[in-house]
Amino acid sequence: MTFSPQLEARFAELLTHYPEGRQRGALIPMLMYAQDEIGAVTQELMEELAKRLGITTLQVDEVTGYYSMLHKKPQGRYHLQVCTNVACMLRGGAELYDHACKKLNLGHKQTAADGKFSLEEVECIGACSWAPAIQVNYDFHHEVTTGKLDEILEGLK
Amino acid sequence: MKLYNEPSPLETRVISKRFGTQNSWRVDTYLATGGMQAFKKACEMTQDQIIDEVKASSLRGRGGAGFPTGMKWSFVPRQSELPKYIVVNADESEPGTCKDRLLMEHDPIQMVEGILIAAKAVGASKGWVYIRGEYRYLIDHMDAVMKECYERNLLGKNILGTGFDFDLYTQTGAGAYECGEESALLESLEGKRGVPRIRPPFPAVSGAFQCPTVLNNVETFSTVPAILNGGGKWYAELGTPRNGGTRLVCLAGHVNKPGVYEVPLGMNMMYFLNEIGGGMLGGRKLKAIIPGGSSCPILSAEECDIAMDYDTMAKAGTMLGSGGMMVMDETTDMVKVALRIMRFYNHESCGWCIPCREGTTWLRKMLVRIIDGNGASRDVDLIGDLAQSMLGRTFCPLGDAAALPTISLVKKWRPEFEAYVAKNPFASTELVQVA
Repeated sequence: MTFSPQLEARFAELLTHYPEGRQRGALIPMLMYAQDEIGAVTQELMEELAKRLGITTLQVDEVTGYYSMLHKKPQGRYHLQVCTNVACMLRGGAELYDHACKKLNLGHKQTAADGKFSLEEVECIGACSWAPAIQVNYDFHHEVTTGKLDEILEGLK
Repeated sequence: MKLYNEPSPLETRVISKRFGTQNSWRVDTYLATGGMQAFKKACEMTQDQIIDEVKASSLRGRGGAGFPTGMKWSFVPRQSELPKYIVVNADESEPGTCKDRLLMEHDPIQMVEGILIAAKAVGASKGWVYIRGEYRYLIDHMDAVMKECYERNLLGKNILGTGFDFDLYTQTGAGAYECGEESALLESLEGKRGVPRIRPPFPAVSGAFQCPTVLNNVETFSTVPAILNGGGKWYAELGTPRNGGTRLVCLAGHVNKPGVYEVPLGMNMMYFLNEIGGGMLGGRKLKAIIPGGSSCPILSAEECDIAMDYDTMAKAGTMLGSGGMMVMDETTDMVKVALRIMRFYNHESCGWCIPCREGTTWLRKMLVRIIDGNGASRDVDLIGDLAQSMLGRTFCPLGDAAALPTISLVKKWRPEFEAYVAKNPFASTELVQVA
């Protein structure tokens, strides 16, 4: 399996971060950065990382299954994450999520047929004082209203 | 870099003094505004002197548990031949908390300097900043900041000519609240599932890669340079006895001016809410406050006239926690709050300990049943009893974190739970199935 030169350089750098013989420490960052490039944690990716780190594919698989940001199926090009935890809930996060469901015609962890959008109701993303908050991929948007959400979605090509 | 909320003139800005200023994250700005003086001072001190200064400041961990920082550092066996490590907990994921983000965005080198001082105090030569995966922009930001620190010799070999070497790296999380718990974080750093470890041994003795490790929150490390510059005594006197200094409080919920504010420990909560937070949204009445993240027992309005420090909060049966303060007005449905909190802990329970994995699942199911109008009279007691029986029976505090707010909600707002149950005409008959 081949990665982009940038990702290869990142992997090589990562492996220098850990004590001798403990390079498994690089597994979670490698999964995250590779997922960004490939779009999902595929079987092929898990086998490749297992080989590079000298662990079994099963060990990679059990880690992949544990973390909520690692996913085996591709998400939409724009992955909309709406927080409905307490701080956001108090400022209308739940209504915002309902609005997003209707607007995109998607439910929790669903991806649109054309692959443009996917939706997820997420737990606290650390924007509580500027609630309600959403993330589109890794970008934060604070104090989002239903009107502002429409604008954000319409601005995505 | 812009601030997300207007600062208040009533703040005491010790660790947030550079927030919102131009290029506050650049090495030049940091050096021009007194940066790295504390590190140079530390290099002239013995390891014991550094730790004693931090002890004198009565700085307590800002991540949630509030453990005295100087004492934590003193537990590291310095004579051990194993390498020693520093790990920064930047997994900020306690609901209600959004302060570490600002410290890393606006004044990241302050944190780096705090890390270097801690490293000096315990003889560490390597460290990781473990940042939650959702904060990717911050990981990229920290990578850029650290690159500049290496170029300017604030990290790496022979730092600023002191003969001290230290390497620092970022490490991304991948979405797991549990990894904010120190031992689960260390498992994750080693490339494993984030399940907690049994303690003892504590991380000070056997932490990252089974070596002695100092593990503190972003805010805790960020405070250390100010302590060395101003002296432990000066810092301690900013707060109340045994509760030294200032801390960042993240104000959220039904208030006029939500935001992150730095205030001295011991400030009255109602004063904070009204004078800094601008009072209740829409002039409505206060009903309850979650004082320090959703793991804390919840205070009713009558209990909120209280000093915000660790000891006073403990006496009132709650915690200052991570500083995530969520304010709720009279329109808030406390049963729905209970369910939202439980959905969170149920989702985030790592599944390692049965009382937590099963307890959070059953509590969530019972709360859903009550809200759907299918509750039985006995459910309200059952929720309280089940939560009570989770306390202290798990490897890590996640089980307690789920149980504590639930117990306080049932105890203080019982009529609201009973009103939901009363909607079920069969509530008191045997026709209601418990499953």
